[in-house]
Amino acid sequence: MSAATVTPRPPRISPARLPVSQLLGTALQGPRARLLRAALSALGIAMGIGAMVAVVGVSASAQASLLAEIDALGTNLLTVTPGQTFVGANEVLPDTSVPMIEHMQQVDSDAAVYQVPGANVYRSPLVPQSETGGIGVDAAGDNLPAVLGTSMASGHFLDAVGDRYPEAVLGAQAAGVLRITRVGGHVLVYLGDTWFLVVGILKPVLLDPSLDSAVFISLPVAERMFQTRPHPSEIYVRANVSAVKKVSTLLAATADPQQANGVQVSRPSDALEARAAAKGQFTTLLLGLGAVALLVGMIGIANIMVISVLERRGEIGLRRALGATKRHIWAQFLTESALLAVLGGIGGLLLGAGATAVYAQAKNEPFVIPLYALIAAPAAGLLIGAIAGLYPAMKAARLSPTEALRAS
Amino acid sequence: MTVASSLHGVSKEYPGGVVALRDLTIEVGEGEQVAVVGPSGSGKTTLLTVMGTLERPTRGGVHVTGYDVAKASDRELAGLRAHALGFVFQGFHLQESITALDNVALGLLYTGQPLRQRRETARVALERVGLGHRLTHRPPMLSGGERQRVAIARAIAKRPVLILADEPTGNLDSNASAEIVALLQGLAADGATLVLITHDENVARGFERRIQMRDGELVSDKRQ
Repeated sequence: MSAATVTPRPPRISPARLPVSQLLGTALQGPRARLLRAALSALGIAMGIGAMVAVVGVSASAQASLLAEIDALGTNLLTVTPGQTFVGANEVLPDTSVPMIEHMQQVDSDAAVYQVPGANVYRSPLVPQSETGGIGVDAAGDNLPAVLGTSMASGHFLDAVGDRYPEAVLGAQAAGVLRITRVGGHVLVYLGDTWFLVVGILKPVLLDPSLDSAVFISLPVAERMFQTRPHPSEIYVRANVSAVKKVSTLLAATADPQQANGVQVSRPSDALEARAAAKGQFTTLLLGLGAVALLVGMIGIANIMVISVLERRGEIGLRRALGATKRHIWAQFLTESALLAVLGGIGGLLLGAGATAVYAQAKNEPFVIPLYALIAAPAAGLLIGAIAGLYPAMKAARLSPTEALRAS
Repeated sequence: MTVASSLHGVSKEYPGGVVALRDLTIEVGEGEQVAVVGPSGSGKTTLLTVMGTLERPTRGGVHVTGYDVAKASDRELAGLRAHALGFVFQGFHLQESITALDNVALGLLYTGQPLRQRRETARVALERVGLGHRLTHRPPMLSGGERQRVAIARAIAKRPVLILADEPTGNLDSNASAEIVALLQGLAADGATLVLITHDENVARGFERRIQMRDGELVSDKRQ
C-alpha cells in the first residue's frame, strides 16, 4: 500500500497569504511589545532628521525674513550711475539729468546724490588729517530717505535750514565711526575747515549700503563751500510698479542723451534677492552633521533589528510552523524596521519644526518650514528604515524553522 | 484507509554527520491517534518536523495529507502548514504581549483571513478548550495548563487535518498533563489525526497506537 494509490489526488494547496493590512499589524507587534526600545531606536532617526529639518527651516525662515524686508522696501527702486572713461576715471552725469528724469511719465519720485570731492569729516580739528575713517561726503536733496525707503535713527534729515547753514546728517556706519549715537544737544563735526551741526543719523540703507558710510550735507552749502558742481554721482528713481522694466530701459538715454552707453542702470533689489537666495541655501556643513546623526540612527536601528531577530528566533520558528513563508518573515522584519524609522522621521520633523520655531521667535523672523520637508522627512525615514532592516530581515527569513523552535 | 501522513525510507542527516532518522517507514491513517515514544535523542522531534514539513528529509519520500513534500515548493509547504497542520510545542510558544484571543488568532494569520474573522474563529476555539472566560488574559496571567490550552486552541482553530504535538505535557504536572492529553484526544477525534511525541509512558498508555524509537530507528509499532 502506498500513499499515491490510496489517497485521491488532492486539490491544489491554497497558498499561505499575508495581506498588506495584516502585515502592518504584524510588524507593529514587535515594537509594541518592546516600547522603550522601539522609542529609543526611533529617537536616533528623529535626531538626525530633526537636525536636518532645523537647518532647512532656519535657512528658509532667514530667507523669508529678508524677502519680506525687500518687499517692504519695494522692488521698484532703480539707480542711475555714470560709467567710467576709457582711462578709468569716473564720468559724471550732466546737470540736466535730474530734471529730465523727473519729466518721465512712469517715474514716481527721485533723489540725487552729489559727490563732494576733497571733503573729509573729523570729530575735531585735532584729529590728524589722514584719519578720515573712510567717510565720504555727499550732497543730497531733502527727499533722499523717502526715495530710499529708509528712515532716521535719530533727529531729522536735511531741510530748508540745511540749505543755508552748515548742517550734516550721518549715515549709520559713519555715525558709528565718529562715535555719535544720537543727536540733540549740540553735536558738531569738523568738515572741511568748518563746524557742521549734526541734525540727524540715518538707519542703515538696505537697498544701497554704500550710503551708510557717508555724511550728507545740502547741495547749496556744498556748492558754496566746496564748489561742488551739480553733476549727480548717483540718482535714485522710484518707478511705477507696473513699469519698472520700461523705465529702466529708458533711464540711461534720458539721463545722458549724448553718452547713453556709459550710464549704468541697476535695480538694487535684484542683488538683495540674490543674497536672500544665498541665505536660503542651508549651510552644507550643518546639513552634513545632520546626515552623520542620521547615519548613526540608521546603524542604531540595524543593530536593534539584528538583536531583535536573535531574541525572537522562537517567534520566527513559530510563525514558520503556522504557515509563514520566508518572504512573509522577511517582509515582517523589513516593515517593522521601516515603521520604526518612519515614526522617527515624523518625530524628527516635529523636533526640527520646534527648533525652527524657537529660533524664528528669538530672531523675530517668520516661521517657515519648506513644504518638501513635510514629505521628505518621513520618506527619508522609510528609506533609511528599509536599508537598515534589509540585512536583519534577510537573516530572519533564512533562519531554519526547526532551529528557531529549538532555540527557545 | 486514507493516509494522513506517510514516510517511506526516510533518513535525515545533519551537517557534521549526525544521523537523526535512519530509513524510517511509517504510515498514519486519517483519524488515527499515535503516540511516538523514545528516550531523548532518539529522533522523535526530527520525525515530527519532517512530518510537519518544517524540514525535508535527506533521503526518502514524505507525503502529508496526500501532498508529496519533495515535489512541493517552500511556498506550497507553507500553505499546507497554514491550512492543514496544527503544531503544539512543549514550550507553548505563545506571544506574551498579546491576549489569549490574539494568540489563537495568530494561528490563522497566514490563511489571509481578515482579523475580525480570525478573532471570531479564535473565540470559538478557546471556548472548545474551556477558556471562554480567559479571552483577554495575556499568557503571563495564565497557569501552565491554561497556556497549553491556548496553544492547543491555536493549533485546532484552523480545523487541521493533522495535529502534531511535541511533548505537550513536558512542562506540566501530572494532573494538568492528563487533562491536556485528554483534551487533545477529544479534539482530534472530531475529524483530525493526532501524532503526539512523549517520553512519558503514562501519557503514551492512553493511545491506541504506539511507535517506539531509539537512535533514529523504529523499534516497535504496536496497535492495542
